[in-house]
Amino acid sequence: MAKTTDLDVGYVSKLARLNLSEEETSRFQKQLADVLEYAGKLGNVDVSHVEAAAHGVPMFNVFREDEPCDWFSAEEALSNAPHKANQLFVVTKVVE
Amino acid sequence: MSEKNLPALTVADLQALLRKKQISPREVIESLRARIEHVEPKIDAYLSIDFDAALKEADQANVDLPLGGVPIAIKDIINVAGQPCTCGSKILGSYRSPYNATVIERLRAAGAIPLGKTNMDEFAMGSSTENSAFKVSRNPWDLSRVPGGSSGGSAAAVAANAAFAGLGTDTGGSIRQPASLCGVVGVKPSYGRVSRFGLTAFASSLDQVGPLTKTVRDSAMIMSAMAGHDRHDSTSLSDPVPDYTKNLGRDLKGIRLGVPKEYRVEGINPQVSSAVNAAIKQLESLGAEIVHLSLPHTDYGIAVYYFIATAEASANLARFDGVRYGHRAKDPKDLLDHYGRTREEGFGEEVKRRIILGTYVLSSGYYDAYYVRAQKVRQLIREDFVKAFEKCDAIISPTSPEPAFKLGERTADPLAMYLADIFTNTANLAGICGINVPCGFAKVNGSQLPVGLQILGKSLDEARIFQIAHAYEQSTDWHNARPAIAAK
Repeated sequence: MAKTTDLDVGYVSKLARLNLSEEETSRFQKQLADVLEYAGKLGNVDVSHVEAAAHGVPMFNVFREDEPCDWFSAEEALSNAPHKANQLFVVTKVVE
Repeated sequence: MSEKNLPALTVADLQALLRKKQISPREVIESLRARIEHVEPKIDAYLSIDFDAALKEADQANVDLPLGGVPIAIKDIINVAGQPCTCGSKILGSYRSPYNATVIERLRAAGAIPLGKTNMDEFAMGSSTENSAFKVSRNPWDLSRVPGGSSGGSAAAVAANAAFAGLGTDTGGSIRQPASLCGVVGVKPSYGRVSRFGLTAFASSLDQVGPLTKTVRDSAMIMSAMAGHDRHDSTSLSDPVPDYTKNLGRDLKGIRLGVPKEYRVEGINPQVSSAVNAAIKQLESLGAEIVHLSLPHTDYGIAVYYFIATAEASANLARFDGVRYGHRAKDPKDLLDHYGRTREEGFGEEVKRRIILGTYVLSSGYYDAYYVRAQKVRQLIREDFVKAFEKCDAIISPTSPEPAFKLGERTADPLAMYLADIFTNTANLAGICGINVPCGFAKVNGSQLPVGLQILGKSLDEARIFQIAHAYEQSTDWHNARPAIAAK
């Protein structure tokens, strides 16, 4: 297991695109260090011959016919948009 | 029966009266409305209620259907077209669902009427409903205590007779634990048994929708209507859905019930232990055979759960970016500022904490050490259950290690809150089914607080756990006990 002190909440918040206040950063740093320390017990389990389980019920590729059906109109799809115009989502400027 | 007492009825009894036309669906909604208006100021179980929409549906209701005319409260993370779906979060404060979840379509096809969206921990992250961005729900048995969570609104509403039944979601215990703390029945179906389409995702490999009800029969009725394959959810299972009420009333002769030694851990409230031990004796007297067994990786459940659930949550909650729906920060100076502030302003503390932990365990350099290792231990937990179910038909334990705790008691210590799920979250990791059934009371500082028994069954063996839970329930009086607030 990695060392619990490796966690840098400030850096991870940038990866998560989630601004945190200084106060939140230092509180999470302490609280999550506790959680990671608790979870350190996973390091005691011998998993050398175990396959990782992504699901409780083993599932593999699931296919179905690709049948078109009625779904949202543009108006419905835009009904919760924080900012829209001309039947389009208006987004924050991405390119200069 | 006077209209005033209607809300005390079970779903089965209510539906029988509706079918015989002794009451009308409209009368049912009106009497429930009066009940909700009376009790809601005390328990705060609902986030929104659209009585007019429900009355319109009531006037069209076909009472000959299995749930014809029965109103059901819906956790506010399940989409009902035209209604809010806040997920208990400010980031979806003004969101209105443009579509129905499959479970809503199915319940409507069986005649049920969705009525009211219930309070919850934000994005279902919590065990007390205190993480809701909007209000604090209270336990009807003691208003100074939590109803449990995250489906605390549905549990409190059912316990206070402010709903005939409710839907919740269970990712690590979020149906069973509040059901236990509020003294009602709650079911976590096997993974894939119920469609997740239209349920806002928290941890996609763990989430399931299930009922909270006054009796086991009511849960069986709702599951019969709701379960089954859905082309919109590729993880839903195509196995046929039995009539879950069919096994009810069968005795327990020949049924083997497993009692895992790992569930006798320190820190269980002694009154919870003695109630559960008495329940085990009761089940034995009903003909069940008790088998002592071992689930050796139980102790790792919480750690595995918090790596896997937060990893999946950090990915699922990336969709809340202020572009297509939900809150958007004002006047962002660039895209990073847009994302960073939108999410800072929209999410509450527990959600932020879990996004950080989940992002960390998935990040380069830590992925193998944390996430992949957790998935491997998850596999060992699954295998524990597979082996255990060779020796028994169902597994018995407490649902929660203790009765309802005080509001505010645990909010400062996330780890202590996480440990509330110690008996429930391995079922989600293993994909098996489970039910909470009331099994007694604990007396704490003068309050009488419900205790719950958990019965776990193997994947797709819901009919079996309904049979066992029903036999136990009918041999006791616990399910008839209601908090004082429900009688007034």
